Amino acid sequence: MQPVGGVVPLRVDIAEKTFRSAQGVSIKALQDLSFEVRQGEFACLLGPSGCGKTTTLRILLGLDKDFSGSFQLPEGGSDRIAAVFQEPVLLPWRTVEQNVRLALPKSLRTKKLDGLFDTLGLAGMRSLYPAELSLGLARRAALARAFATEPAVLFLDEPFASLDERTAERLRHLLLTVWSARPTTALMVTHNLREALMLSDRIIVLAQRPAHVLGMFDVKLPRHYRNPQVMSDLLRSFQQKFPGVA
Amino acid sequence: MSAPDIGDRPPGAAVGMSSQSGLAAALTPVLTVAASLFGLGLLWGLAANAWPSRAFPGPGLVWQVLLAEAANGDLFYHLGATLGRVAAAYVVAMVAGSVIGVLLGSHRRADRFFSPWVVLFLNIPALVVIVLAYIWFGLNEAAAIGAVAVNKIPNVVVTMREGARALDPSYAEMAAVYRFGLLDRIRHVLLPQLQPYLAAASRSGIALIWKIVLVVELLGRSNGVGFQIYLYFQLFDVAAILAYTLAFVAVMLVIELFLVQPVERHATRWRRRPA
Ligand SMILES: Nc1ncnc2c1ncn2[C@@H]1O[C@H](COP(=O)(O)OP(=O)(O)O)[C@@H](O)[C@H]1O
Ligand SMILES: [Mg+2]
Repeated sequence: MQPVGGVVPLRVDIAEKTFRSAQGVSIKALQDLSFEVRQGEFACLLGPSGCGKTTTLRILLGLDKDFSGSFQLPEGGSDRIAAVFQEPVLLPWRTVEQNVRLALPKSLRTKKLDGLFDTLGLAGMRSLYPAELSLGLARRAALARAFATEPAVLFLDEPFASLDERTAERLRHLLLTVWSARPTTALMVTHNLREALMLSDRIIVLAQRPAHVLGMFDVKLPRHYRNPQVMSDLLRSFQQKFPGVA
Repeated sequence: MSAPDIGDRPPGAAVGMSSQSGLAAALTPVLTVAASLFGLGLLWGLAANAWPSRAFPGPGLVWQVLLAEAANGDLFYHLGATLGRVAAAYVVAMVAGSVIGVLLGSHRRADRFFSPWVVLFLNIPALVVIVLAYIWFGLNEAAAIGAVAVNKIPNVVVTMREGARALDPSYAEMAAVYRFGLLDRIRHVLLPQLQPYLAAASRSGIALIWKIVLVVELLGRSNGVGFQIYLYFQLFDVAAILAYTLAFVAVMLVIELFLVQPVERHATRWRRRPA
């Protein structure tokens, strides 16, 4: 399988990001945060709640420009980015299919989406409005939207949080299926170590706020070998390398 | 934009009365309104009979005048002129008011600066605006329509400013990440969120605008329902005044029932969930 995505990897070098509240209290969210994600690689940003993971993604998505430092998104091929947010963020007044198509660039607007909808189990739901979907289905629709755009890089912010474990596990497998069909450079934020070990090629471990990189954990093993036995071995070796984490 | 499946399609679910009792339930309000209006007409007829006077014609006479004015075409000519002004002033007021309101609602500093202006314009009497518009811009159509719109714009601004303050930033951020074009942003992200506010501004707008249009016509136009009413006022012809008034109220009711409400139902169809 040929990894698609950028020629240049995702390179992040954020010197500092500080929030100033209305009362004048300042919170330093990120400090000296630097890492890279190689092209076609699925990386996880693992860190405790409130350490600055969402803040990092918002900076990379261009939604927050008030920081010092720099980053570089993959270039070459499409220069599009896609995001699966912490909430599904579907337009409630548009159907599932309209939500997906609206996110597509003009050149892809009319492309066939049957395969993607089928894979994600959304085939019968294309004409439903988001209010008619369960949270699990809404998250699938958000995944469909992200993958349909054929992005150069994909950002995911705890896409499986606040789901029951069975639904979350099913969605993780669906994510792997669509991602494997077109291995896009991806950066996923999570505080769930098991999820990170199951999905990623490499885990970027973050420290408590202000977030910075504690270290990397590479999972070289192909994903289809990661059965429960192997997972517990991975878990053990991760905990040996990062004793305090998770 | 010609992509499939992104337009506004009618809802998939059939909307209709499923049973006899459903039909009866739907008809009851209509019948109630009809009975209520009939009662009012009856009361009017009885009163006109009890106190016969040229200044207080009964419904029969008013109806005859209405038919006569309709037959010679005057009624439709003047109704048409007034409706045209209502429509033009409505469009100008809604567009200008929405743009200003959304800008103020999304820029806090501009809002703080311009807020007193809005309050000022809200409190200028309609009559003053009309008279000044005619003095400054002449007795012409643009001045007439502009004066009506200026009277309505501050209300629209206030309503749409509320709407803009209530916008959910996560939709705008999603649209930014996926690089929605400007038109898509307005049509699929902004307007649907503003829809309840647009509907509210619209509703109070039409009612206010048509009343002001009559004054504008009375003061400086040579056609329209307002002009006719002024004419028949000088002739002391109350039956004709009432005929024109009722005809115009009827037209506005029809617009409300067959244009405003269906549009609103269509715009909010996504809120309905199948049972
Ligand atoms: N808009 C904001 N204003 C002030 N503080 C914020 C803002 N957004 C996030 N923070 C603070 O920054 C820290 C990191 O937040 P976040 O990136 O959302 O954490 P997480 O890793 O759970 O995604 C938190 O302590 C949070 O309180
Ligand atoms: Mg977060």
